[in-house]
Amino acid sequence: MPRPVLAALTLAAALVALPAAAQEKLTIYTYESFTSEWGPGPAVKKNFEDVCACEVDFVAVADGVALLNRLRLEGARTSADIVLGLDTNLTHEAKETGLFAPHGISLEKVNIPGGWSDDVFVPFDYGYFAIIQDTEAFSTPYKSLKALVNGYPEQRLVIQDPRTSTPGLGLLLWVKAVYGDDAAEAWERLSSRILTVTPGWSEAYSLFTSGEASMVLSYTTSPAYHEIAEGSTRYKAMAFEEGHYLQVEVAAATIKGAENPLTAQFLEFMTGPGFQNAIPETNWMFPAGETSKPLNPAFDHAVKPGTKLSFSADEVAANRDAWVKEWLEIMSR
Amino acid sequence: MSGASVELASLTFSYGETRMEFDLKVPVSSVIAIMGPSGSGKSTLLNLIAGFETPQSGAVLIDGRDVSADRPAQRPISMVFQENNLFSHLNVEDNVGLGRSPSLRLTQKDRQDIADALAHTGLAGKEHRLPAELSGGERQRVALSRALVRDRPVLLLDEPFASLGPALRREMLSLVRQLHFDHDMTILMVTHHTDDAQLLADKIAFVDDGRIAAFEDTTTMFSPSAPDAFRAYIGS
Amino acid sequence: MGQLSDRRVLAGLAGLTAVGLLIGGAFAGLISQAVTEWSGAVSALDPYLFRITRFTLWQALLSTLLSVAPAILIARALARHPDFPGRSIILRLFALPLALPAIVAALGILALLGRAGIFADLLGWLNGGQWQGIYGLSGILVAHVFFNLPLATRLLLHALETVPGDQWRLAAQLGMGPATSFRLIEWPVLRAALPGVAGLIFMLCITSFTIVLTLGGGPRATTLEVAIYQALRFDFDPARAVTLTIIQIALTVMVVTLLIRLGTDMVGDPNLPVSRRRPSIASRRETIFNFALILSALLFVAAPFVAIIVSGLQADLSRLASDPALHRATLTSLLLAIISAGLSILLSLSLTVARSALELKRRGQGHPSILERLLDTGAGFVLVVPPVVVGAGWFILLLHSGNVFVMAPIMVITVNAVMAMPFAIRAIRPAWDGASKRHEKLCASLGITGFNRLRLIDWPSIRRPALTAFAFAMALSLGDLGVIALFGSDAVKTLPYLLFERMGSYRTADAAGIALFLGIVCLALMMLADRTRRNA
Repeated sequence: MPRPVLAALTLAAALVALPAAAQEKLTIYTYESFTSEWGPGPAVKKNFEDVCACEVDFVAVADGVALLNRLRLEGARTSADIVLGLDTNLTHEAKETGLFAPHGISLEKVNIPGGWSDDVFVPFDYGYFAIIQDTEAFSTPYKSLKALVNGYPEQRLVIQDPRTSTPGLGLLLWVKAVYGDDAAEAWERLSSRILTVTPGWSEAYSLFTSGEASMVLSYTTSPAYHEIAEGSTRYKAMAFEEGHYLQVEVAAATIKGAENPLTAQFLEFMTGPGFQNAIPETNWMFPAGETSKPLNPAFDHAVKPGTKLSFSADEVAANRDAWVKEWLEIMSR
Repeated sequence: MSGASVELASLTFSYGETRMEFDLKVPVSSVIAIMGPSGSGKSTLLNLIAGFETPQSGAVLIDGRDVSADRPAQRPISMVFQENNLFSHLNVEDNVGLGRSPSLRLTQKDRQDIADALAHTGLAGKEHRLPAELSGGERQRVALSRALVRDRPVLLLDEPFASLGPALRREMLSLVRQLHFDHDMTILMVTHHTDDAQLLADKIAFVDDGRIAAFEDTTTMFSPSAPDAFRAYIGS
Repeated sequence: MGQLSDRRVLAGLAGLTAVGLLIGGAFAGLISQAVTEWSGAVSALDPYLFRITRFTLWQALLSTLLSVAPAILIARALARHPDFPGRSIILRLFALPLALPAIVAALGILALLGRAGIFADLLGWLNGGQWQGIYGLSGILVAHVFFNLPLATRLLLHALETVPGDQWRLAAQLGMGPATSFRLIEWPVLRAALPGVAGLIFMLCITSFTIVLTLGGGPRATTLEVAIYQALRFDFDPARAVTLTIIQIALTVMVVTLLIRLGTDMVGDPNLPVSRRRPSIASRRETIFNFALILSALLFVAAPFVAIIVSGLQADLSRLASDPALHRATLTSLLLAIISAGLSILLSLSLTVARSALELKRRGQGHPSILERLLDTGAGFVLVVPPVVVGAGWFILLLHSGNVFVMAPIMVITVNAVMAMPFAIRAIRPAWDGASKRHEKLCASLGITGFNRLRLIDWPSIRRPALTAFAFAMALSLGDLGVIALFGSDAVKTLPYLLFERMGSYRTADAAGIALFLGIVCLALMMLADRTRRNA
């Protein structure tokens, strides 16, 4: 056995020693669907590397909530310069960790509903959560969240896990905003129709498009993907009378990243066209900054929420653990 | 009970490379020793008669009736193997009782017959022992008792005493002779021992290379006029 | 300490230390975490934890029942029809699920019974509505039965084959019906074998990770192992992971203790003897029943394989073949698996060599020393700690000391190497022991020692079994998802990890193509292992 084993050992040594590179580097922690071949990651990486003469290194975890958990765990030792993909529901908790540094950049290009002012977090896109239906599975959309909760048992829904996923957490808050103290009862009713709970958005959405479920939790902008990329109107977002929950996705520098000059440069870049142009048709969300071309008209077909629901970051921070535990308790029955 | 004639009429059998063809007429109530080299087909011969192997052609006639299509249990035959005759988790009485009812539903008379058979084979008082608590000779006695309660006219013995010591074997042979005297069944016994044949058998069937090479009276077979192949086999 | 001067014994000591370090490191991680943050570990004892534990046991119990009960009938049918056409091919097929990576099997089952699967329309029609797929408990059960029904059948058939041929003849002669012969002949051997078989399968099911992760996963269908993974990778909550791990270990220790009591062979799969000639004693009606039974079992086991092939061939294979991500994952997987298998053989050899040297030294007399006994059974202990548990311990330990994800290759290599050791030792040891006994005196008189002896005398006699063990260990490591699920990241992706990822994103067809590829590689390795074993 000696020769092949020797070769293998040498290769393994090379593999382990891989992360030792010399170039100027910017390490960004983000969620999986951002870095996937079909997400904004590749374009953003290329565009920024063109202007910074550096190397961008993405490290991906399942989804936004897991991102914060991972950073907490790594603490000050983290190798992340920037964390990209938290949302406004998590910013309060994130600040409390003391691991994030002020961005120190101008926010003049930022453009989101309700405006933005925060000294740590910089928004990069936003959207409204929505339930998407497969019109080939059933044709009549539900008109409200309450109608959905009381709907037909054979129409199954895939959702994301609020412990890992910002859409998952978003739905939890959405139900809480609509039902208040009766949220537990609503979940109980809904739970028998939930096909499965996935750790991240991409798993859930792929289950849905492969026909395993007739509904999925996603965004009002998701149908635009099918319209633009596939020319299909099969998948439709349902407009709910109670309103839709707003998600603003943000990025921030870590205290370690604050020492890296590339960090501020990237956050600045993030609010401009080099980053924002990639958002609509790869992340399938609304851009939160300046773009150099108008949105594809397909985005005009997106459901326009009547009421924009949201909790303040403080309210979420105070209640998240208890609400998630309540949810988990019901869902494991 | 009395014996029945056994006749093999151009009985052919093949398995892999092996080809066999047997012709044999065993008179009523006689005791036949089947002898021959290893692999010559002695056990196959018994298995064909018992119905464990299916012949290619020819017939097995017992008491003049063709039993070739009968399943083993339907044939008027009992068989005792070299070992594994008993079920280790059943006691002596139940092992014998299986000869009367394969589901062990026994009547009062059945139980009496079982007790008689056990007494006959010298096993009285050991009804409730398990096979593991018996000696090798005793286990074969249990098997013989079962053959007795089955009450079939033909008894096939496949080297039943091969694993017993010389003294015990002689004891068993005289038991078989006693049973034959009392019950008069036809007995076919495969053996390697010339003593067995000389003590017990009326005739010897010499099996060689898948055929009955000779079928003569025991005295003839052990005389100088016996076929050469047989003399070479027994080393005389 | 004269015995330690023998280099063979030193090698064994080194091997044992390496295994001890791997397991010990995992425990050190768990214990340090539990000590520093015991309140967090205690607060994890909530109703959710109780539910997961209950579900873990419940699904394992159901899986065991659903695997073993039909296996009794199927094994019996196969035993009663030694001349069943294609019997040996069927038995060979029944050995295949063990070689198939769980994630590939999960994909095959989804392709059959998923909501968009081949049977979805039929099932929907039978169900009187739209078919809802098999996520959750039902999916877990189908997959577990797919793996364990054939295993149980083989083990029980193995038991039935120990019934002497004469007893079947006797049953035929005495005219026993199916019920009587079952009661008198088959049930006693089955009853003796059943606790061990059921225990082994129960054990496999309470430590099942990949199946539950891919087919269950939601909070309603989560087992302890998957919850450990979620606690570390989702919540990044080591305290909860420690509590879960302790419960998992307690469960496996209990079951393993029970199995050792029963004298079960936990390494499992029997080498079936060629069936001796014996009569088929079944009546015509029973024969029809048995044939139908064997055929339905055959269909059940074969269908996922067919589904994997069919859906795999429908994938865009030419594009997939030029996919750099797949190339990288294949290279990574093969590399890690080869090193892991090599390490496994090395460790197993060192233990085997040292043990037999010690045994020869005391010339088979007296009691074996503690060291000798450790060398004998040491590797068996790894069966108590499933890969995910070892991975979890190291994950926590490494958290306190640096970058966890850089360690992925090392963890995949070492954990899988050690997990394959019980199997590797079983393959190598008989050949080694036999050879070294034969050669010991001659070598001593001719002065052949050390590396020369290994190269000239001992290696040739264990080359084949070592190859068997190598192929087996490599297949095991190639199919691993437990360790890589914990440690995997963009930096290190193996084939199962890539497959899991593609399953999770839009690329169902890609996943099917990768599954076909991974399945073929693993089955080829297993067949190689099987052939070298047969020829050895």
